[in-house]
Amino acid sequence: MNNLYRKRLFVNRFNLVMSLGTMAFGMAFLLWILAVLFYNGFAALSPSLFVQMTPPPGSAGGLANAIFGSVVIVGVATFISTPIGILAGIYLAEYGKGGLIARSTRFINDILLSAPSIVIGLFIYTIYVAKVEHFSGWAGSFALALIAIPVVVRTTENMLQLVPSSLREAAVALGAPMWKVILMVTLRAVRGGVITGVLLAVARISGETAPLLFTALNNQFFTTDMNAPMANLPVVIFQFALSPFQEWQELAWAGALLITLAVLIINILARSVFRQASVR
Amino acid sequence: MNETALVSRPQVTASGLPPAAPKMTIRKLDFYYGKFHALKDVSLDVAERRVTAFIGPSGCGKSTLLRTFNRMYSLYPGQRATGEIRFNGRNVLEARTDLNMLRAKVGMVFQKPTPFPMSIYDNIAFGVRLYESLGQRDMDERVEYALTKAAMWDEAKDKLKQSGMALSGGQQQRLCIARAVAVKPDVLLLDEPTSALDPISTAKIEELITELKNDYTIAIVTHNMQQAARVSDYTAYMYLGELIEFGETDQIFLKPKRKETEDYITGRFG
Repeated sequence: MNNLYRKRLFVNRFNLVMSLGTMAFGMAFLLWILAVLFYNGFAALSPSLFVQMTPPPGSAGGLANAIFGSVVIVGVATFISTPIGILAGIYLAEYGKGGLIARSTRFINDILLSAPSIVIGLFIYTIYVAKVEHFSGWAGSFALALIAIPVVVRTTENMLQLVPSSLREAAVALGAPMWKVILMVTLRAVRGGVITGVLLAVARISGETAPLLFTALNNQFFTTDMNAPMANLPVVIFQFALSPFQEWQELAWAGALLITLAVLIINILARSVFRQASVR
Repeated sequence: MNETALVSRPQVTASGLPPAAPKMTIRKLDFYYGKFHALKDVSLDVAERRVTAFIGPSGCGKSTLLRTFNRMYSLYPGQRATGEIRFNGRNVLEARTDLNMLRAKVGMVFQKPTPFPMSIYDNIAFGVRLYESLGQRDMDERVEYALTKAAMWDEAKDKLKQSGMALSGGQQQRLCIARAVAVKPDVLLLDEPTSALDPISTAKIEELITELKNDYTIAIVTHNMQQAARVSDYTAYMYLGELIEFGETDQIFLKPKRKETEDYITGRFG
């Protein structure tokens, strides 16, 4: 065995050990977080969570109003952001391409993608909440939609760019107009990826707290009125976890567990949708 | 204006074959990728219901030439053509040409099979639905017609609802030919249709080309000279964007007039 080869074997082993080590370091914290969350969360989990309202300090209750509020606020945000995001993504990938408008849109979208969510919350607070002079579920949905749109735009564009130009040309070669080519061929070819993008955006916004503090705020009672302050899990967790009352702290753990499980389920769903679509 | 005077290339003379009318006449065609001059002063006739083959080394411009016939290049900014391609009495290079209508009349099959992400049936019906509204029965007939033309009906008739993407490479390519045939174009452009296929699939597609010639005008780009010799009636040899020699296939392969053509055909090229 010559020296060069021995050295290469050593470098290989060294790098393998180092990368395993860093991975273990990261995983350890992740598992720690999950362990603490599951330990405290499952202890606080009970059927009453889903039927009772958030209680005043010192008494028992549930999270029904917050769960409902979160689902509605995130649902409306998804409903707003999905068409806008997909259409913008189509524009960037199929029409704008390397043009000035597309390049600047892409740049701004990338900034929005990494913008701190608290800035988005403040923005909606300034242009909407401060004008109508009350917090509301609508405002919360708008803020979350603004966070979701860039994610959907990005994934839709990236997915469409994966479509080989030969497929696009094949449809064009039959005399199909551009919109039909996009709708029936290219978008269909990557629909799994686009749906995955939407699901990941939903997962991203369902845990956002900062923008909701400025917009939906909180509500101790159950409400279906989107025009009034609305309870939601992240803000409830924020308030209850910092409080000195034990019942509130337990509810915060339960809420955190619910959000984590929801995000986990959405992620698994997204993966299986994507895998199914790419197998075909 | 005397058109024939513009043609500096050998004329299409039909000695062995009955005379064929030109379906597309290309005159003084120049093509540019940005600043790069990719086709230089190309003039030739594509004969009706004949197979015209384009051969030449990679980068000689044969695919580029094919992509001017249906204006495929117009998808990409920076690519432009000047000159004349006369088809059905119109110059297709004119700005006012309706590109969708042109492409419905001049079909194209590509090097790589490109089935759409839908069922075999819908792959074929897609193009038909663009320009005709057929009832269910007529559409079924059209799908059968196209698949039969592409020698695929027996393989595909029991799985029309299956995804076109689940077929083998050779079947996918024949599906693409069926799709192009289904809209009943005047001209069929084949851009290296067999280069990604095994010899058996290639043989099937070559048979198919000979069969399709009865109804369609065919222009085929190929890297395979034996293929050109087997399937085509006329052959054009291109090199560095120029049309070096054009004539009946037998003449090009047996007694080429130009030294360059002979060198390429006999493999003494380069």
